[in-house]
Amino acid sequence: MLNIFQSLEISHYIYLSCVLFCIGLFGVLFRRNAIILLMCIELMLNAVNLLFAAFSEYMGDKDANGQMFVFFIMVVAAAEAAVGLAILVMVYRNTRKTDVSFLDSLKD
Amino acid sequence: MEIIILPLILSLLAAFTGSKINKTVWGLLSFVSLFAMVYMKQHYGIHNDGVWHNTYDVPWFSNGIHFTLGIDGLTGLMILLTNLLVPIIILSIQTNNQKSLIPLILFMQAALNGVFMAKDGLMFYIFWELALIPIYFICLLYSSKDAFKTTIKFFIYTFIGSLAMLASLIYLYLKTENHSFAYDELLSVQLNYSESIWVGAGFLFAFAVKIPIFPFHSWQANTYTNAPAQGSMLLSGIMLKMGLYGLLRWFMPMAGESIAFFQPIVILLAVIGIIYGAVIAIKQNDLKRLIAFSSLSHVGLIAAGFMTLSAVGIQGGVLQMFVHGINVVALFYIVEIIETHAGSRELSKLGGLAKFNRLFAALYLIVVLGTAAVPLTNGFPGELLLLKSVFDYNTITGVFAGLTIILCAVYMLRMYQFSMLGEGKASLKEIGLMKMIPLLILVALVIFIGVCPQLIIDQISPSIQKIMLEISNSKGVLS
Amino acid sequence: MNSIGLILGLPLAGFLINGIFGKNLPKSIVGWLGTFTVLASFVIALGVFNDLRHAAIPSEGLHFKLFTFLNIENFNVDFSFTLDRLSVMMTLIITGIGSLIHLYSIAYMHEDEGFYKFFAYLNFFIFNMLMLVLGANFLMLFFGWEGVGLCSYLLIGFWYKNAEYGKAARKAFIMNRIGDLGLLMGLFLIFHQYQSLDYSIVLPKMADGSTSQAMLTAISMCLFVGAMGKSAQIPLYTWLPDAMAGPTPVSALIHAATMVTAGVYLVVRCEALFYLSPITNNVILWVGLATSLMAALIGLKQNDIKKVLAYSTVSQLGLMFVALGCGAYTAAMFHLATHAFFKALLFLGSGSVIHAMHHEQDIRQMGGLKSKMPITYITFLIGTLAITGFPFLSGFFSKDEILLAAFDHNKIVYVLSVISATITGLYMFRMFFVTFHGTYRNHHHSFDKVHESPWQMSLPLMILAVLSVLGGLLNLPSYLGHNVSMKLSHWLAPILPMAESHAEMSHNTEFMLVGLVVLLFVLVVLYTRNKYVSKNAVPEEDALTPSTGKVLANKFYVDELYDMVFVKPLELLSSLVDNMIDSKLIGGLIAGVSTLLLAISGLNKKIQNGNIEYYLTFMVLALALFLGFNLFF
Repeated sequence: MLNIFQSLEISHYIYLSCVLFCIGLFGVLFRRNAIILLMCIELMLNAVNLLFAAFSEYMGDKDANGQMFVFFIMVVAAAEAAVGLAILVMVYRNTRKTDVSFLDSLKD
Repeated sequence: MEIIILPLILSLLAAFTGSKINKTVWGLLSFVSLFAMVYMKQHYGIHNDGVWHNTYDVPWFSNGIHFTLGIDGLTGLMILLTNLLVPIIILSIQTNNQKSLIPLILFMQAALNGVFMAKDGLMFYIFWELALIPIYFICLLYSSKDAFKTTIKFFIYTFIGSLAMLASLIYLYLKTENHSFAYDELLSVQLNYSESIWVGAGFLFAFAVKIPIFPFHSWQANTYTNAPAQGSMLLSGIMLKMGLYGLLRWFMPMAGESIAFFQPIVILLAVIGIIYGAVIAIKQNDLKRLIAFSSLSHVGLIAAGFMTLSAVGIQGGVLQMFVHGINVVALFYIVEIIETHAGSRELSKLGGLAKFNRLFAALYLIVVLGTAAVPLTNGFPGELLLLKSVFDYNTITGVFAGLTIILCAVYMLRMYQFSMLGEGKASLKEIGLMKMIPLLILVALVIFIGVCPQLIIDQISPSIQKIMLEISNSKGVLS
Repeated sequence: MNSIGLILGLPLAGFLINGIFGKNLPKSIVGWLGTFTVLASFVIALGVFNDLRHAAIPSEGLHFKLFTFLNIENFNVDFSFTLDRLSVMMTLIITGIGSLIHLYSIAYMHEDEGFYKFFAYLNFFIFNMLMLVLGANFLMLFFGWEGVGLCSYLLIGFWYKNAEYGKAARKAFIMNRIGDLGLLMGLFLIFHQYQSLDYSIVLPKMADGSTSQAMLTAISMCLFVGAMGKSAQIPLYTWLPDAMAGPTPVSALIHAATMVTAGVYLVVRCEALFYLSPITNNVILWVGLATSLMAALIGLKQNDIKKVLAYSTVSQLGLMFVALGCGAYTAAMFHLATHAFFKALLFLGSGSVIHAMHHEQDIRQMGGLKSKMPITYITFLIGTLAITGFPFLSGFFSKDEILLAAFDHNKIVYVLSVISATITGLYMFRMFFVTFHGTYRNHHHSFDKVHESPWQMSLPLMILAVLSVLGGLLNLPSYLGHNVSMKLSHWLAPILPMAESHAEMSHNTEFMLVGLVVLLFVLVVLYTRNKYVSKNAVPEEDALTPSTGKVLANKFYVDELYDMVFVKPLELLSSLVDNMIDSKLIGGLIAGVSTLLLAISGLNKKIQNGNIEYYLTFMVLALALFLGFNLFF
């Protein structure tokens, strides 16, 4: 088990997290459903988390900051999801929609 | 310092007491500044020797920025004008329900005194902008109609000009040896030709908008027309003079290196403005608009006289600044009386008012003659000197500028005739004696200065000589 | 207090007292105060005149400096006055005739509600006129020059309720201002050239020949433009006939005797300057001649008694300028003096008629007045005879002197001047006969109500009549013997150093020319008498005037021309500049800046559409751009 991780090159982690990040990013950019947006944001955050963890492992015992940041990000992500979903619920209650492209009343 | 603090205190007092105290009382109280000025002259032992006398100088913030106030002959004349006119402007308020008008005017008085006394570039800028705030509110709150548009236009226009001036000031500041905004330090900066042109253009833009010099005048007529009479008086009587004062005190010495570049441009524009304003004034129906354009014509001549850089032109110009302040305030005062007592200020609806009040007719006539520069009234000596300077600078320009004496007679007499003479439709209500007194003071000045202009010339000439020296010094740097 | 101060100060004091307190003073005090201040000035001036006769240096006069008016660098002008032979002569005319006219006005204006104002203005006028002639530098002259213009404005528009009068007043002031601009430019040139405005410095320098011809011409032309305005010469003459809107004493004092002669005074004062600029001299000569002829022709067809006199004044002023153009400065001054006498007399006489006719001015409405108004009739007759050149009256001598000078100078000028003088006779006698002879033609006022004027009015008439008769004594021609003749020439000689005495023409020629003029005079009298008395003709109604006469009656349509060429275009320009250039072009430019800003902001606004996807897309694109930039460069 341990070997599998160690036998993988750091580049594989980078590629995977890049793919995950891009999936999340394009989801954010092109999907309109707010729930999917939030999910995509989670995806992007997790892509970053993966990268942090991978780099932390790569650095070995010298630097565990990466792993620490993973926890930070998980907390932030949780908070963000909570707030985001709360806003979403309120929006849904007011507009009966979860489509963000209608929420452009700030422009004026 | 006192004459800045005093109006401020009065302004606060007036703001808090509201309309409980009669406006006449405030008018009389505001004379205090005038006395303070006389007291100050005695107290500090200020002599009229052309030197700036510092009356106040403390470090303010950062390095090299001082809270410096100074006074010399030129400044003295300007603050005399300010403190003389402000009480009259307050006394000209006709109704009692304009609650915040008096505090604003008094606040403005403080700021104006500051502009004229500032001896530090940044101070000058701050007071310059400070004066804009009360006039903005005066115009906005008490205007007759579509005030917002014209007022915002005026505000933005002059504000952009001020920013250009600030840029020039900061540039000069950065160039000073020990980073200071002090007048003398800024003056001693040596610029090369192109730098000087840019710095000069910054100053000039600010002052040209404020004066206003053609073609930067388009805010003027509408603002004057829509502003309450007190606003028009403040604007034309004193605020205009800020621009002219700045031209003389800041622009010309600071941009001395490139003055030869600006000279023909400004004179040409000013002379165009003289004729342009006069021609437009000929057909105006609204008295205030008429005065606005006549004012454009008159200040154009002053600016042209300044830019000839001759002693005659500059002294005549300063004299004319003082005189124009008196005349234009008197004219607006008259318009205000006509408007409130005859119900209109449109010439087509007036006429035949002379038979109702002979005294008023006589005073009005004298002011009209003063504006038209008839000898033995105050308009004449200044106009004579200015025309002479422009004529000496260039004969053709002189002749064109001279057309003003014909055109001015045309529109001023037209104004008088259509409002006062003939068998008019309008009638004039009884004018109380109290309302005539400010006008009487102004008319007395019209005649007094017309007969003895030398008294004022004596006051300012040492300062003017010093400024001319400064100009030629900075001019000499290049040559 | 010295005499100059008193001469000037008394009318000023009269003005101030009457102007400020006059409203509350009884009319008699106001009137007599006004009259006596001027009279006192006259008496003092007489005293000075006597002193000057015995002065050691004849060209010198009294000097009086009040205070410094302006002193900047080398530009130094004082409130200072000088009273020399020329100005004392003018002072005597002004205060002498002035006091008579003041006296006359006491009765003439008695009914008027603005009585005190009238006397205040009159006194103020006298003060300004005195300042004009007494000033010791060109600026003082300019002060008086503008001051009299102002008084003229005030007095023409004296009956301010009439809008037409106000218009006439404005016209006068503005036309004068056009001249004043010329004068002012002349002043600037003088200062530019000589660094001073004092007569005592400038005039000798002009005379010493150090100034270039071009400069002299420029200065003199500028001054002459001023003189044109004030003395109503072509092209600036049209204000004077309109100025008759003022009360008649004003017309007599300002628009006949004194103010309008200021131009002549100016030229005589700067004799050296004008003498040395032949171009200007020629201009003066021809302008004067054209004015004289044109005004005389127009005068032929006028029916308003004051308008006839006004055109006659313009014509006579033109004749004075002819004299100046010929270099006959004394002749011009002589005619100025005699003209002041008889023209004031004629105007006052016409005022007496108008007074009697209840402000009727149309001569067609008069007729046969001689029986009702004997004093006015006789004095008016004397005035008419004097102006038309009846032998041995004042006008005869002064006009002949001018004609002789013209003959000496240029024969064509002479012929035209004689024609002008002859036309003078035609319109004067036409007016005289139509007014006083024939039958009474007014149907609104009965003939019985026509009355002779009170003594305050008839006394000045009589005095002026005597002066009109004897005025010739001032400067009798040399053929009448050396002891009595040429008094004025000798008096003014020290002031006029340049103008050499005219080459004496033989007395035979002189007699011949005089004889010709007298012959013409007789013919004119016979013709008009035949037409208007024997045949009892009356000038036709306006509608019936034949076409040539119509041109004259309408004053050659000059007013209409000016209106079309100057007034209308200026007004049009004004509206045009206001409505098009100012609001559209310049206002548009400024508005354009804000429109531009708005347009830019409109573009930006599209990006800020509130849609989060756009924002994110831009963000990502920008990030990608930055990253890519970092990666590859």
